[in-house]
Amino acid sequence: MPRLDFDRSLRILQDELLALGSMVEKAVINSVDSLKRRDLELSRQVVQQDDVIDKMRYEIEEKCIDLIAKQQPFAQDLRTVIATLHIAVELERMGDYAEGIAKISLLMGDQAPLKPLIDIPRMADKATKMLRRALDALVNRDVVAAKVVCNDDDEVDALYDQVYRELLTFMIQDPKTIQRATYLLWVAHDLERTADRATNIAERVIYLVTGKLVELNVGKG
Amino acid sequence: MTSEKPSARFKADNLNFYYGTFKALKNISLEVKRNKVTALIGPSGCGKSTFLRCFNRMNDLIPHTRVEGNILFDGNDLYGPTVDPVEIRSRIGMVFQKPNPFPKSIFDNVAFGLKINGYKGDHKEAVERSLRRAALWNEVKDRLNKSAYALSGGQQQRLCIARALAVEPEVILMDEPASALDPIATLAIEELIRDLVRDVTILIVTHNMQQAARVSDETAFLMVGEDRAGYLVEHGDTGQIFTNPRDEKTEAYITGRFS
Amino acid sequence: MGKGAYVVFILTFIAGIFGLVTLLAQVLIQGWDWLTPGLIFNYPSRFPSQAGLRSALMGTVWVMSITAGFSIPIGIGAAIYLEEYAPKNWLTRLIEVNISNLAGVPSIIYGLLGLALFVQWLALGRSVLAGALTMTLLILPIIILASREAIRAVPRTYREAAYALGATHWQVDKSVTLPAAFPGILTGIILGMSRAIGESAPMIAISALVYLTFVPSSPMDRFTVLPIQIFNWISRPQEDFRSLAAAGIVVLLVILLSMNGIAIYLRNRFQKRSHD
Repeated sequence: MPRLDFDRSLRILQDELLALGSMVEKAVINSVDSLKRRDLELSRQVVQQDDVIDKMRYEIEEKCIDLIAKQQPFAQDLRTVIATLHIAVELERMGDYAEGIAKISLLMGDQAPLKPLIDIPRMADKATKMLRRALDALVNRDVVAAKVVCNDDDEVDALYDQVYRELLTFMIQDPKTIQRATYLLWVAHDLERTADRATNIAERVIYLVTGKLVELNVGKG
Repeated sequence: MTSEKPSARFKADNLNFYYGTFKALKNISLEVKRNKVTALIGPSGCGKSTFLRCFNRMNDLIPHTRVEGNILFDGNDLYGPTVDPVEIRSRIGMVFQKPNPFPKSIFDNVAFGLKINGYKGDHKEAVERSLRRAALWNEVKDRLNKSAYALSGGQQQRLCIARALAVEPEVILMDEPASALDPIATLAIEELIRDLVRDVTILIVTHNMQQAARVSDETAFLMVGEDRAGYLVEHGDTGQIFTNPRDEKTEAYITGRFS
Repeated sequence: MGKGAYVVFILTFIAGIFGLVTLLAQVLIQGWDWLTPGLIFNYPSRFPSQAGLRSALMGTVWVMSITAGFSIPIGIGAAIYLEEYAPKNWLTRLIEVNISNLAGVPSIIYGLLGLALFVQWLALGRSVLAGALTMTLLILPIIILASREAIRAVPRTYREAAYALGATHWQVDKSVTLPAAFPGILTGIILGMSRAIGESAPMIAISALVYLTFVPSSPMDRFTVLPIQIFNWISRPQEDFRSLAAAGIVVLLVILLSMNGIAIYLRNRFQKRSHD
């Protein structure tokens, strides 16, 4: 039977990648949640969890290199391993953004938030849905589903513009709010980058299936 | 560098090959490009060696074989009525799977082709030139009159390559040239192939996919069909074939999921 | 290998060697006193003390030389043709089978054939030439068979390599196949010649004479050969002639062994060059 061992290794690798994705998804949700509800304990947990995320990314990376050396993969096997490598990196960076948001939450401490957070949690919701969709597309090797992720990115970008304008208004009207507004701006920026990274993951899924690298969010800042 | 020479050295056009009534190759159309290494890969029994031997008419030596369709060599039909197979073979050389030096000295082995083709130049010079091209000169220059059998397997194969090079062929056909050699000797041969292809067109049959990926510019994948005839599945740039082949049969074969 | 089988093999070996050694010893002992220069230089005589092998030895040399001159080229040539150039059809198959059969035909048949064909029909008389031609017919199958085997044994890979360099069929044969087959061909020649030296029946049929006191000076002369002379001496009543015959056998054996020795030496030299 051809390459049973290798197939098993590839399956395990994907499972680990999905587990990492799950962890990152939770981290993003928790970080914004902790900011919204001023749950500093949760924020602290998110910061600690990032170490686990980093560690997992390196483990996956090492496994990929190991498989390339030992199995000399070609064609789709090769693209799968390479795509896994890239996606793990993207996920780890998304984890870093979640950690950043949690740190900002800790920085804001007991201070009352500037305003009830509405758009920012919406951004987080969209970004994590994009991540979920991209990873599902990976599991199902579904190019169409991967392309849909791009559309959602437009919505996140629109939300970011909105948040940006709103916070800018706050800062212009009342300079005392600048510190808190800047923090929130940073959070929004991190979430917009998170959504971009989810798009990158979708691009890698398309590469894995078709062998072609396409830029999905062309023309966006 | 401009060149009026066409990029295709060989053009097989709907080639069919028969052993008696048995059709071994079916409708193969393929271009072999000048000064490039083209690899022929495929499962055993798919007719790669048979196909290779069509290019220097070695199959003519087997009784009851027949070719339909044609192979153009620089635009001329290789199987045309005015073509002399003996003359063709001095322009299209061959290296075999198991090193097969003659039971003669190293010098006589390399000079053999010169002798039978009536080479009028300096034999010693030609022998040295060929041995240098085959990266063997330094190892044998002090023992040219020793028997070829005193050499190691890898050296013997390089001797066979030197022997083929002596008649200055324009093409060299290689039938799994490294399969009988150890890994170091194999890499030396591959190194040599990359070196030689600057002046010579090379067509190589190999069952080792990593080797095909390492050594060739283009790869053609042959497979055997239900009718036991070999046919061409896919042909293209080696990098593309091994990272993103077009045909799923190719994918199955090169990822080793072929059973 | 089981202990029992081992013992049986040893015993058969000893039995075979024993027989051979006894024969040789007996011949040597009997003929020892008669191994003198006179044996070589004297003509046969009624008197044992003056009898020698001169005419028989020279006759053997003449017949063997001419036989070699005919049988070697014809034998090798026929083998090359049959193996390399003849079309592979039922006719060649038939010829092949018959050549094998001819190698097993009793030599007296060749003698009678030679008598009818060379002595009478071609009117060569009972000459050295007729004898040599008869022996040629006798050993030709042996040489052809051995040469064919030798040619067949040349690995196909050598030939392929030669063809792939642009050699014609004959070039391949001349430069690769024949040189590689040479040891085997040489063996065949020696086998044939060894057989020819020792054959008495056809030579008796051709030459008829058993008592000759001259040496041939042309191929058309009459002749006698060693086996005939030995046979003649054995059939004499005197005890001394038996001993002379034994001495003659020793001479014959020495010639045979020398021929084989030279052949083995030559073969080894050529094989060493090929396969070290």
